[in-house]
Amino acid sequence: MNILVCISKAPDTTSKIAFTDGNTKFDENGVQFIVNPYDEWYALVRGIELKEANGGSVTTITVGGADADPIIRKALAIGADKAVRIDAAEGDPGSVAAQIAAYAKDQGFDMILTGKETINYNGGVVGGMIAEHLDLPYISLATKLDMNGGVAEISREVQGGVEVVEVDGPFVLSAAKGMAEQRIPNMRGIMAARTKPLEVVPAADVASNTAISTYALPEEKGDCTYVDADNPAELVRLLNEEAKVL
Amino acid sequence: MSILVYSELKDGKATKSGLEAVSYAKKASAVLGGDVTVITSGAIEGDGGMGAYGADKILNASEATSDSQQLTRLVAAAAESTGADTIIINHDATGKLVAPRVAVKLNAGIVAGAIDVPSNEGGFKVKKGVFSGKAIAEVTVTSAKRVVSITPNSFGLHEAAGAGVVESFSADLGGAKVKVKEFKPTSTDGSIPLPEADLVVSAGRGLKGPENWGMIEELAKELGAATACSRPVSDIGWRPHHEHVGQTGIAIRPTLYIAVGISGAIQHLAGVNASKVIVVINKDPEAPFFKAADYGIVGDAFEVVPKLLEAVKSFKNN
Ligand SMILES: Cc1cc2nc3c(=O)[nH]c(=O)nc-3n(C[C@H](O)[C@H](O)[C@H](O)COP(=O)(O)OP(=O)(O)OC[C@H]3O[C@@H](n4cnc5c(N)ncnc54)[C@H](O)[C@@H]3O)c2cc1C
Repeated sequence: MNILVCISKAPDTTSKIAFTDGNTKFDENGVQFIVNPYDEWYALVRGIELKEANGGSVTTITVGGADADPIIRKALAIGADKAVRIDAAEGDPGSVAAQIAAYAKDQGFDMILTGKETINYNGGVVGGMIAEHLDLPYISLATKLDMNGGVAEISREVQGGVEVVEVDGPFVLSAAKGMAEQRIPNMRGIMAARTKPLEVVPAADVASNTAISTYALPEEKGDCTYVDADNPAELVRLLNEEAKVL
Repeated sequence: MSILVYSELKDGKATKSGLEAVSYAKKASAVLGGDVTVITSGAIEGDGGMGAYGADKILNASEATSDSQQLTRLVAAAAESTGADTIIINHDATGKLVAPRVAVKLNAGIVAGAIDVPSNEGGFKVKKGVFSGKAIAEVTVTSAKRVVSITPNSFGLHEAAGAGVVESFSADLGGAKVKVKEFKPTSTDGSIPLPEADLVVSAGRGLKGPENWGMIEELAKELGAATACSRPVSDIGWRPHHEHVGQTGIAIRPTLYIAVGISGAIQHLAGVNASKVIVVINKDPEAPFFKAADYGIVGDAFEVVPKLLEAVKSFKNN
């Protein structure tokens, strides 16, 4: 089974969010970067599990500069077989998807896995866009993926429940919680990652349709109004009369 | 200029998300100009309730489908036939399947997870949440066409009259490659699905064990609220995965979020800080959650929650 997993670089979840250049750029000062958790914990680990059970290989793909290499090495340490980095500045989701689709087009992947969204841009559209470029079926927010022969059985979150679907490969899927359990790389994995191939390929010529013009921080909350623990009726009154939510 | 909305139907009526998308489109049309046309598939009853929220025309394809490729062909054909340059879809489970595909098919820029109506001064711009709700970005779209998917509950429902004319519509949808085998409802007891809930009661590790969730469920039931939990609680298996809210769980924006025995770690806040009103009940006065709260009670959950339940009951009875 030939599996492609899309890996993106994201700021650690505890990062302080600040901006520079007149609020047009994310301030990377002191920020630790990690593999986007959905990509790592769910998409990558499930890809590796399927390979371990059925044979084949797991390739990761990342659109970005050399500063993404440390997080790519982490994915290799967890168990991917090889990595590809498309040497383009990480642009808008449309251009990232177009880059990945241009690479994947004639590589014969049986499935392309992404995380359900990145924790920095929270778009969740790269997988669907890759699927449309390649004219493949797309299953978003998948919580379970099993292979029975060439047929995939997938559970996905929908409004009010879980839908179980069947699809013949190849397909594109975005992974959510439930898909797999996080794996911590061990020493052997980390050593092995050093010798695994990280192929850098030139960027395709793709355009961007969107750009982030400015960033802002949400408005600060006012002070918390405390209510006595013995008098929750007062809380109910405040929620009804002051906040008007009951 | 014209605006096209994709709305799902349930039992012949637009879903709450669908109505929110129509409301949003109506408001956007005041900025962008043009009519609001809706594309739907499956059986529709009257105008599906959408005229009252500003839909001028409703194009209805009789055949229902949930396959992303078929839906994409349907929405793209409707966009072509109406000459729409702005496509509005909800950023919910169906929208996440369809919106990105439609964007590629129409060569449109996409803003996924918008939280405000577009502005059209110096280019088409829309605000969306980024860094898991820790910041807001203004995205400029430069392509002639654009797709905007809106964060559920970020805009709300706003009545505004539209003509509500229904026309049948057909397009070549091709075959479905994804076969639906089964639908398992999250809850069979009629409780409210978390992403759609206006009120949410959530609890964390402070509750000590799954056997103590009865009072949380009772409070939620009394309020008509959905239940949620912090990540460790779902990781240990005290509660199901689909209740986990936060940066790596579900991001929600209810009008009222009540957090019981949750510390308020940054990753938890990331998924809930867009809630309109936050109530925190925690025995530790230093719990970080109080900084994000509108109302707080410092106290033991096992004493406070039963009293709160009584207070809610007597409020409901009056
Ligand atoms: C990459 C990453 C992603 C993460 N994503 C998420 C996420 O999406 N969602 C999430 O929730 N977490 C997430 N976390 C975990 C997060 O950092 C916290 O560990 C978690 O939110 C803590 O959950 P908690 O508040 O329930 O438990 P604890 O931190 O154990 O806090 C329990 C709280 O209960 C209070 N308490 C105890 N007993 C009582 C009592 N009797 N009455 C009242 N209060 C009481 C305590 O004072 C304390 O504040 C993530 C972590 C990482 C590293």
